[in-house]
Amino acid sequence: MTINPDLQGRSYPAGETYSVGREAIRDFARAVKATHPAHYDVEAAAALGHADLVAPPTFAIIVAQRADAQLINDPSAGIDFTRVVHADQRFVHHRPIVAGDQLVAALHVDQVRAMGGGAMITTRAEITTIDGEPTATTTSSLLVRGEDQ
Amino acid sequence: MAVSLAALEVGQQIGSTSIDITRQDLVRYAGASGDFNPIHWNQAFAEGVGLPGVIAHGMFTMGAAVQLVTDWIGDPAAVVDYQTRFTKPVIVEDTTARPGEAGAVIEVTGVVGALDADASTARIDLTVTYAGQKVLVKAQAVVKLP
Repeated sequence: MTINPDLQGRSYPAGETYSVGREAIRDFARAVKATHPAHYDVEAAAALGHADLVAPPTFAIIVAQRADAQLINDPSAGIDFTRVVHADQRFVHHRPIVAGDQLVAALHVDQVRAMGGGAMITTRAEITTIDGEPTATTTSSLLVRGEDQ
Repeated sequence: MAVSLAALEVGQQIGSTSIDITRQDLVRYAGASGDFNPIHWNQAFAEGVGLPGVIAHGMFTMGAAVQLVTDWIGDPAAVVDYQTRFTKPVIVEDTTARPGEAGAVIEVTGVVGALDADASTARIDLTVTYAGQKVLVKAQAVVKLP
């Protein structure tokens, strides 16, 4: 498989809506060993001024990786997903994600750099509510290892 | 506990913690995140792609490490920016037959890296190690202070 050199600059429009549920926040919080009550108890979240349970700082990865899947599973991209390694990750939160949010993510391929026999692909997911309110911007670099790496 | 910007100094340590990881934790993270790559739960598959064993999701380590910051600041929503590079894998041994025993332990320490009075933010630099080696590099969380 060869990475398509024309990937840089490509965008994928927002796909399916992700509905942020209370149980998904609780499950994700348990999974990253987060113990803060604002992830579990609506009253504790309300005491901090939040409308509902607050998602942990890396919760948006669920939405971002669904957006990344559009690229990785696109046959024209030429990416062998079994050779993908996560190289770096950033989350910029424009506002907290809370239970009840209806989120969508548009994906942008910001950079493609050849690395040995493989490539480093930097993607950016612009996560908004279905009403268009900016919620988070996530940036991921994915190293696609070459055949000899 | 309310943290105020004026009370912080660059270089000040906010705390440290150690996190035990088991194979079960990785299965739980796979389910919660939707990342079911078998390198995170299947020994034979991991070895087949040249890894020394089952490795933790980088996003598990990133997500677990920031809890030090969340608990210190007192509101998970205060973390407005969080980034890292993944440099070394965390190999998680199978301790299924030895309940209560960790398959890997990561150490997390947080230090105030920068302060921005205009934006009312503090950057916390996390040092995250496993078996004495850094597994996250440039792990930085920016928190908004009231």
